[in-house]
Amino acid sequence: MNSSQLIGITTFTYLFSTILYAALFIFKNKRLGPLATIFTIIAFLVQTAGIGLRWLESYQMGMGRAPLSNMYESVVFFAWAIILIYLIIEWKFKTRIIGAFAVPFAFLAMAYASFASGITKEIVPLIPALQSNWLIAHVVTCFIGYAAFAVAAGLGVMYLIKNTSETRQSTNDSTLLGSLPPLKVLEDITHKTMVFGFLWLSIGIITGAIWANSAWGTYWSWDPKETWSLITWFIYAITLHARYTRGWGGTRIAWLAIFGFISVIFTYYGVNFLLSGLHSYGSN
Amino acid sequence: MKNKNPIWGFFASVKLALFTLFFLATTSVIGTIIPQKESVQWYIDRYGETTANLFHILSITPDMYTSGWFLSLLGLLCINLIICSLDRFPGVWRQIKADNLATPLTRLEKMTPQCQWQSDNPPASSASTLKTALNSHGWKAKERSLDNGILLFAQKGAMTRTGVYIVHVSILVIFAGAIIGSALGFKASVMLPETRTTDKVYTFDTHAAIDLGFEVRCDRFKLEFYDNGMPKAYRSHLSILENGKVVKEKAIVVNDPLSYKGITFYQSSYEPYQEFLVAITNKKTGLNEHIIIPYREQHSFEKSGLRLGIINAEGRGQSISRMKIWLTDDNGEPSLFWLDDGEQVTVERTKNNYTVSAKQMYATGLQVAKDPGVWTVYTGCALMILGLIVAFFMSHQRIWLYIQEESNGKSSILMTGNANKNKVNFEKTFQILTQTINRI
Repeated sequence: MNSSQLIGITTFTYLFSTILYAALFIFKNKRLGPLATIFTIIAFLVQTAGIGLRWLESYQMGMGRAPLSNMYESVVFFAWAIILIYLIIEWKFKTRIIGAFAVPFAFLAMAYASFASGITKEIVPLIPALQSNWLIAHVVTCFIGYAAFAVAAGLGVMYLIKNTSETRQSTNDSTLLGSLPPLKVLEDITHKTMVFGFLWLSIGIITGAIWANSAWGTYWSWDPKETWSLITWFIYAITLHARYTRGWGGTRIAWLAIFGFISVIFTYYGVNFLLSGLHSYGSN
Repeated sequence: MKNKNPIWGFFASVKLALFTLFFLATTSVIGTIIPQKESVQWYIDRYGETTANLFHILSITPDMYTSGWFLSLLGLLCINLIICSLDRFPGVWRQIKADNLATPLTRLEKMTPQCQWQSDNPPASSASTLKTALNSHGWKAKERSLDNGILLFAQKGAMTRTGVYIVHVSILVIFAGAIIGSALGFKASVMLPETRTTDKVYTFDTHAAIDLGFEVRCDRFKLEFYDNGMPKAYRSHLSILENGKVVKEKAIVVNDPLSYKGITFYQSSYEPYQEFLVAITNKKTGLNEHIIIPYREQHSFEKSGLRLGIINAEGRGQSISRMKIWLTDDNGEPSLFWLDDGEQVTVERTKNNYTVSAKQMYATGLQVAKDPGVWTVYTGCALMILGLIVAFFMSHQRIWLYIQEESNGKSSILMTGNANKNKVNFEKTFQILTQTINRI
């Protein structure tokens, strides 16, 4: 058993988790709930073991480096962080339906890592620019932030679906959407998740700046990756200010959660492939 | 500051903050799509003369992020931050320093969460036991006697109300650090061949020469590869010289620079030459000679009369990994041998032995930066993280207990409280607290 196999398995287990949470949401069979949770926790542990093993394998290959240095490894970590944050939310807010909207992100990330062409799964040694203690701090903090924003976007989608059905006042929403948490609760969790993500994104940008300064002698050079991370930061800063001081809520915040996540995806993925810059390590 | 004038009001408004952030976010996109810091000709080739001109007039090229209008937007954000914080902070400070024992009872009666119970003890003794109980749970209570009873008040995290202002100040500190850096520092580079010394570096933007005030020498540059051919390390052995004397030495790699007198040298690039550094030692006489020799050219050593040439070389791209050396001291046949780059070998000749070492010559590309604002920026960053944690995850929690005297010498107790954030959590804390102390 090697790390690629373990990580490969997770793709399918997260697909199965997604199906379980979707079934829970659609059929409202309460017995599926604990099953979905237990299954997701097992899948999460398998992935954790896979990432750990990949780290170990890099030592056996004489490189000894954290598995956080290219597109494949970062997407795998992204999926891992999404599940971690989702499980914390499930435990904290005692609601499972969110899983139907959050776990699919982890599955999609894993499917992309496993099947997209042009993604190297090989463990390769670190190029000089990446040989730094800041690598782990920077990547981990950024991706915890990204994962929180992914979950917040899932919550935003939930909010919009539930909100549309409530404004239509359809009588049959008790069958399907009735199982969703109340709008107030959804809004509260969305907000809290975004706040959590904002803190980690801030730390991620700061650790990136410190790293850049120790590698190149400049902590900020307006390179596209840096600039897009700042644009994302601005979007969430706007969202938080609009909510705290201008009382924005409901659909606006839900849309901003989705919009913010699109910016996250562009920062993470789009910049690597569409724009040129210093920060091109993640693109293969 | 209540009857504020409209200009003050404009700069203090959150609306302005939202607009500024929105414009910063949207305009920042432009510079990520249109490549920055290219030459005039590059833009003309890529976009055509008219569009390139338009970009130039709008200061989108060559460097949008240092253009007047973009810096003005950042400046506007700063003014907004300052005025907004000055506008709101006094009110927040009053809340922090407020005399909560003067809170009207009518307000306390309406506050939630709330809890009421009776005690068999008279108010004075009830108050003192409650105070001790609160104390043991980390709530330091203050006390004041009112007409009809005693009011107790305790709070936690009053200073956490400053969290958001810590974040605002942190952004200003970061900007201050950036200004210090750009006013008093420089970003420069230099291409320094091995064995050479320089006391000048050249700025990025204008290529103006900057005097270091000391000298830096590249003693040696080494390129290392992994087995699979990927670059492993770019290593420059640098020496700092003052008045011709070495005062500091370090082998720098990417991510591990050398600093001297506030100036830092970063490994940035390299350039291979078609020349070789050769050192030869005569084992008998100990005579040591160093030369720089071009590829496939014969060199005669002045003192020893040796002749040497590099007649063949192998390597990756421009980088040589081993070379074939031709050497003669005119006693017997010339020696012909392969030598790995940077290695040393002993050559046995009929009358004498020599140690020969050779390596390809490189120039190391150094980025040279002086940034006295960097620690100010880092302080700002630390403040920001601190401020965000305080602003988002900590709250100002207050509890009041009003102990009213009953006609029969007993007392009735009203306990209430509030928190400025995370109210759900506070209600839990409040409930647990009431359950433990209302048995008293």
